[in-house]
Amino acid sequence: MISGLRLRLLPAPAPGAARTPLVLVTTALVGLATFVVTLGLGEVSVAPADVVRALIGQADGDGAFVVTELRMPRALVACCVGAGLAAAGVVLQGLTRNALAAPELVGVSAGAHAAAVVVIVLLPDLPTSVLPACAFAGALATSGLVYGLSWRRGTSGSRLLLVGIAVTTVGYAIVLGVISTVEDLIHASQLVTFMAGSVYGRGWPELGAVFPWLALLLPLVALSIRELDALALGDPVARGLGVRVEAARLRLLVLAAGLAGSAVAVAGPVGFVGLMSPHIARRLVGGAHGPLLATSVLLGATIMLLADALARLAFAPIDVPVGVVTAVVGAPYLLWLLVRGRTNPE
Amino acid sequence: MTLGARDLVLGYGGAPVIEGLSLQIASGRITVLVGANASGKSTLLRALGRLLRPEAGEVLLDGKAIATLSTREVARRLAILPQGPVAPEALTVRQLVAQGRYAHQRLLRRWSAEDEAALASALEATDIGDLASRPVDQLSGGQRQRAWIAMALAQQTDLLLLDEPTTYLDLAHQVSILELVAELNVRDGRTIVMVLHDLNQAARYADQIVALRKGAIVAAGPAAEIITEATVRTVFDVDVRIIDDPVTGGPLCVPATTVRASPAGRC
Repeated sequence: MISGLRLRLLPAPAPGAARTPLVLVTTALVGLATFVVTLGLGEVSVAPADVVRALIGQADGDGAFVVTELRMPRALVACCVGAGLAAAGVVLQGLTRNALAAPELVGVSAGAHAAAVVVIVLLPDLPTSVLPACAFAGALATSGLVYGLSWRRGTSGSRLLLVGIAVTTVGYAIVLGVISTVEDLIHASQLVTFMAGSVYGRGWPELGAVFPWLALLLPLVALSIRELDALALGDPVARGLGVRVEAARLRLLVLAAGLAGSAVAVAGPVGFVGLMSPHIARRLVGGAHGPLLATSVLLGATIMLLADALARLAFAPIDVPVGVVTAVVGAPYLLWLLVRGRTNPE
Repeated sequence: MTLGARDLVLGYGGAPVIEGLSLQIASGRITVLVGANASGKSTLLRALGRLLRPEAGEVLLDGKAIATLSTREVARRLAILPQGPVAPEALTVRQLVAQGRYAHQRLLRRWSAEDEAALASALEATDIGDLASRPVDQLSGGQRQRAWIAMALAQQTDLLLLDEPTTYLDLAHQVSILELVAELNVRDGRTIVMVLHDLNQAARYADQIVALRKGAIVAAGPAAEIITEATVRTVFDVDVRIIDDPVTGGPLCVPATTVRASPAGRC
């Protein structure tokens, strides 16, 4: 039996397809409102109405410049990162039939991060746009490793987490080793911030690096959604339904690695977004992966926006890495899951 | 639709579980595989449903080796429900049953009127139409098993393979699931192959019983011919008496020895 952690979070009513459109519209509106409001917050404060005016090009001046040129690209990067991590979480949780499978917990983010840092330090002249591909390679290598070490005998919650911890530890060791060779202290401190997960100083180049991946991979995941639904019933059932199990799993695994890798390449291994977004979405729209993916992506983007706004504002003028904020919220959530969830005896 | 096996060798990497087994499943009938634990009955069923690739020999679906057919093609002719499947959290009955339509869909031709009709008839046949919007993980064991069977029915295949469909169910639900299976056979003429643990249930519901011991077929045929004291001793290593089932007149088997039935008798 490989059901892993099965969750009872809220006393959930029967979530179903009927509620999905309402949830999607609401989530999108909340996300949009968050986007507009947080763009106005900061040292230069801009009212939401003026933010909207600036966004549609009906305003100029300092406020408009701050909104459209300084805050917006960073906010869009945050959205892409949150959406990518959330989508990767949906795919991994479905594939492993394990609620703890999230890119940051099973080591996929760590692999992507290590690859990115190695490239940044050893090949400093490489353009930002290439980073996602390198991180993708790292994510792919670690997901292959995790697959080999834990998947074959079923992915019980503890086994997956243990392998994830091992892989993450190796990843961090590589990252720290590489950073220790950096002599320029400012560069080294930037790399440490990157290690915590941060979108500080991210702008149009990073957006240009991460967005195409999201735009390409999300539709591909959507095209494989029925296979993901079937695999979530277990391999024997999926094959009985007519799914080519190995091919479908490999395809989805590569897509998850690409989504997580490109997000980590620009923001570092931001924690818990890929874990929490699918869980909240499952409470809202149920376990079918189509609605789940759409809702998670919107939630992931919104959560990242909120977390990054908090990271910017809470200790202003110090810009805390957004990964610190998601960890402060996410780590207790994970602990709560472990305590409250019915863990699989295996 | 015909299903059979020729010179099958089955195993999981180590010593073969089944070696050189040949079998022809009777079309339009209920065939029940029985045997002790580790006799290879589930392994055989998995191979018949192409969940397990034979190490040698072949499973023949309509005369063609099943391994040469695409899994989608197989799924349009044969549905198999493995033992004790677990549904993901918060999946509704309707969403589960709808997945039975996978093999009938294409990348760009998704949910059709035909799919909807198949879904409705599967829900109706299993009598769970009123549960359609309930999450599977909140159903009782019996209802849940009906939902899984409905998923297999939505595949609209003539062949239905079930691996111990009554495991973990209480007696009332066991009977209701077996009655459902019998109905699917009688009403729609489906060919059914299932693994059952309970010999008396096998005797009652099977047209053909295939008894396995250590990976080989010991006896195969109608219950009245197969359920004999000698065969049961060979297959299960237990002494039994066979009496007439008071309901059907078929064989009913009861263990022959117990410390509680001393010759002196008890009150």
